[in-house]
Amino acid sequence: MKLDAKIPVGALPEKWTKYRSTVRLVSPGNKRKIEIIVVGTGLAGASAAAALAELGYKVKAFCFQDSPRRAHSIAAQGGINAAKNYQNDGDSVFRLFYDTIKGGDYRAREANVHRLAEVSGSIIDQCVAQGVPFAREYGGLLDNRSFGGTQVSRTFYARGQTGQQLLLGAYSALSRQIEKGQVEMFSRHEMAEVVMVDGKARGIIARDLVSGKLERHSGHAVVIASGGYGNVFYLSTNAMGSNVTAAWKAHRQGAVFGNPCFTQIHPTCLPQSGEYQSKLTLMSESLRNDGRVWVPKSKEDAQAIQQDRKKAADIAEGNRDYYLERKYPAFGNLVPRDVASRAAKEACDEGRGVSPTGLAVFLDFRDAINRLGKDVISARYGNLFEMYDKITGENPYETPMKIYPAVHYTMGGLWVDYNLMTTVPGLYAIGEANFSDHGANRLGASALMQGLADGYFVLPYTIGDYLSDEISTGKISTDAEAFTTAEKAVDERQKKLMSINGKQTVESFHRRLGKIMWEYCGMARDEKGLTKARQLIRDLRDEFWSDVRIPGNINEFNPELDKAGRVADFLELGELMIFDALVRSESCGGHFRLESQTPEGEAKRDDENYAFVSAWEFNGLEGDPILHKENLEFEAVKLTQRSYK
Amino acid sequence: MGIDNISLTLKVWRQKNEADKGHFETYKLKEVSTHASFLEMIDILNEDLIVEGKDPIAFDHDCREGICGMCSMYINGRAHGPQSATTTCQLHMRHFNDGETITIEPWRAKPFPVIKDLTVNRSAFDHIMAAGGYVSVNTGNAPDGNAIPIPKENAEEAFNAAACIGCGACVAACKNASAMLFVSAKVSQYALLPQGQPERKQRVLKMVAKMDELGFGNCTNTGSCEAECPKSISISNIARLNREYLSASVAPGS
Repeated sequence: MKLDAKIPVGALPEKWTKYRSTVRLVSPGNKRKIEIIVVGTGLAGASAAAALAELGYKVKAFCFQDSPRRAHSIAAQGGINAAKNYQNDGDSVFRLFYDTIKGGDYRAREANVHRLAEVSGSIIDQCVAQGVPFAREYGGLLDNRSFGGTQVSRTFYARGQTGQQLLLGAYSALSRQIEKGQVEMFSRHEMAEVVMVDGKARGIIARDLVSGKLERHSGHAVVIASGGYGNVFYLSTNAMGSNVTAAWKAHRQGAVFGNPCFTQIHPTCLPQSGEYQSKLTLMSESLRNDGRVWVPKSKEDAQAIQQDRKKAADIAEGNRDYYLERKYPAFGNLVPRDVASRAAKEACDEGRGVSPTGLAVFLDFRDAINRLGKDVISARYGNLFEMYDKITGENPYETPMKIYPAVHYTMGGLWVDYNLMTTVPGLYAIGEANFSDHGANRLGASALMQGLADGYFVLPYTIGDYLSDEISTGKISTDAEAFTTAEKAVDERQKKLMSINGKQTVESFHRRLGKIMWEYCGMARDEKGLTKARQLIRDLRDEFWSDVRIPGNINEFNPELDKAGRVADFLELGELMIFDALVRSESCGGHFRLESQTPEGEAKRDDENYAFVSAWEFNGLEGDPILHKENLEFEAVKLTQRSYK
Repeated sequence: MGIDNISLTLKVWRQKNEADKGHFETYKLKEVSTHASFLEMIDILNEDLIVEGKDPIAFDHDCREGICGMCSMYINGRAHGPQSATTTCQLHMRHFNDGETITIEPWRAKPFPVIKDLTVNRSAFDHIMAAGGYVSVNTGNAPDGNAIPIPKENAEEAFNAAACIGCGACVAACKNASAMLFVSAKVSQYALLPQGQPERKQRVLKMVAKMDELGFGNCTNTGSCEAECPKSISISNIARLNREYLSASVAPGS
C-alpha cells in the first residue's frame, strides 16, 4: 500500500483556495441521487450532515445516544480558536497555523493545518449567524480569551459551555434538514460494520440499540465522525459511551490508523477519588488564565496536606512552588497541555502532591480574586467553580482546586488524505476520529475548530471529488451479497459474545485494560513497560473472550452487550497503541519516551528519524500490524526544539 | 468530614419494556462511598446484579458531568434528586444519609414512553426542535461575526435560555407533563437575538403546534419545572413564550 496524501501543488497559502476552485463538483440534479452516511453527530458529524444536506445530498445520520444533541462535543468547555485578530494583537492565519504546528510538536501535515487556520474565521461567522450566544464585550462585539500555547487572544467562548452552544448550533442546523427530509436521523443506533462492495465503502450495518435488530444501510460514501478513543484508558474525560468501534471497524476493513499512540493528557482534571470512579471530570484550561498552579516546596508540607494536618492556606507564600511560572517564565501557567501535565506528574512523583493519594496539584485563584474581585472571577468561571463544588464538596473561591492530569483527547485516528478520505475509497473520517491536524499534541480550543472546519467547510467540498464519479451508480441495493455477509459476521460476533457466559463483568475488563494503558502507555512510556503491556493486553483479551459475562439477550435493549462490543474493540486498539508507542522511540508532544529527553527533562524529538506519520495497516490479531510512513515535509516552518521558557 | 461509607436501601422501578406494567424492586447496598456519584452507586449495584446472574438496571447516562442531558432519574419524588440545579450524574452520595431508603423512578410522562427500567424515549424533544428550533442559515453565507453587534445583556439572557440541556426534567416534574419550559427556552434564545428575528413568529407557532401534537400538557403555572431544572432555566421564559405566541397568533404575517 502506498500512502498518497494528495496534497495539492502550489504555495502553502494558496493550496486550499486553488484546490477549492478546481475540485470536481457534483451538479444539483445529481446530488439528489447520492446518499451519504454519517456516523456520529458531534460537532464534526452534525455539521457535516447539515452542510451536505444543504447542498442537496441525501444524508443518513447515526448516533448511539438518544438524541444527536448529546454527542460528547457538548461537554467541551473553554472555547474555539479562530484567526480573526479582533483583538488587534497581531493574530493572523499564519500565526494560528504556526502555533498549531508548533504546539503539535511538528508532527502534523502543513497543508491541512494551514487550511484549518484559513477556514477558522468562517466558523465563527457561521455559528454567530446560527444564533450561538458567544460571550460579548459591552460594545456588543465578540469577546476573546487566551489559551495555552499561544501569545494572542483568539479563543471565542460561551461561558464555560462553548462546546454545548456550538453543538446545539450544529444540531439546530441538522434539525432543520431533518424537518426538510434531507437528513434521515437514526438515534440509539450503533454502527457495527462498514460494508465493502468492490473495494469501496458502500454502506454500514447498524444495530438498533432499542430492539437489538441489525439494519442494512447503503450509501455512496460513508463518513466516520465518531470521535476519539480516550476511553481505552477507562478513566478519561470522555463520556461513558464514547468509543472507537466505528473507527475500529473501518480500520479492520482496510483504513489505516494514524499515530494511535498520540494521546492528550489534559492537565486540569479532578483527581480520582476511589476505585468506583467511572470517569474523570475536566476543568477547563481557561482556568489557567487566572489560576496559578503550585505545590509545596517541601515534601514535609506536602505530606502534611496529604494527611489533612495542614491546609493550602497554611503554606506560606515563600514555601510554595509555582513550578510552571518558575520553569517556563515566558508562558507561565499557559504552557501547552502536554508540558503542563508532565510537570504536574513530575511534582507528584517527587512526593509533593496535595491529595490523600498524592496525585494532585493546586490550582489557586486567591491572587486573581484579590486582583479582580470575586464577581469578575465568578462571571468568567462561575459554572466551573460550581461544578467543582458539586463534585468535591469544596468551595474553590475559598480553597484552591486540586487537579491532576487525565486522558482527554486522542490526536491519533483514522489516517486521511487532504480530502479527508481514509485509505478505503468512499470512506471518510472527520473530527477527532481522524488522525487530524494536531500532530502529537493539540492546543486548547482547537478541537472544536477542527470538528467544525471538517464538517462545515472542508468535507462538503472535498467529498465531491470522489462523488463526481458516482453520479451514475444509482441506488445501492442492500440485498447485495456484501451486506448479507457483513450482517452475518456482526450477528455471529454478538452471539459469540453472549455465549461466553463467564464470570466477570464487561466493566471489570474495561477497568483492567485502562490500568494497563495508563501505567505503561500514559504520561511516560519506555520500551520495557510497553513490551510488557503488549503481552498483558493480549492476555486480557483472551481472558475477556473466555470469561466475560453479558446479561440479557441480543434482540432487546441491552446496554451491557453494547458496552461489551466496544470494550472488545478497545482491547484490540490498545495493543496497536502500544505497538505505535514502541516504534516511535523519540519523544514528541504528548508522547513522552523516557529514553528520549533533553537534559532539562523536556520531550526530545528526533526529526531525522521520526518526522513521519505512523499509519498502521490491520493484519489480523495474530500477526503484527504493518507500518506505513507518511513523511512530513515542512516548507513554511522550521523545525526547532519546542520551547516555552 | 462526615462518614465516608453509607448503607442504603434502594427501591427501583423495573420495567422490561414499554408494554410491561412495571413494578418496584428493593435492593440493599452496603458501604457506598459518600464521594461516589449517584450513578456510580448504581454502577456498583449493577456490577453486583450481573455477577449474581440478574438483570442490571437500565438507565440513560453519558457525559457524567452535567451537560449532555442524558441522565434522567426521578429520585425520592424529585427529578434529578434532592439537590437543586444538579443533574443526577452530578449528585453525590454525600447528600444522603446512612440507612436511607431511596426511591428511583423513570421520568413519567405520556410523551416519554419507557424503553426499559429508568430509560425513556425523549425523541419528542427532537421533533419539537425540528419543527422550528433554528435559524435558517445555510453554511457559508454568514456575514462577519462582528457585523451583528448584540448588547451584552441580550447575549447573556439568550445564553441563560440556551443553557437548557434538553433532559426533560421539566416535563417529568410537571403534573401536566408540559414541555413549556423546554420550548420557551429555545424560543427565548432566538427571540432575544437579532439572528432570530426573521423567523420569530413562525418559529413559535410551529414549535408550540408540534408540542401540542405530541401530547405534552398545558402550563398551569405551578412552577415545578423551574424548581427542578438542573440548569436553572427561568420560568420567565414561559411568560415570554406566551407573549411571543400571542403576538404571532394575532398577526402571524408581520
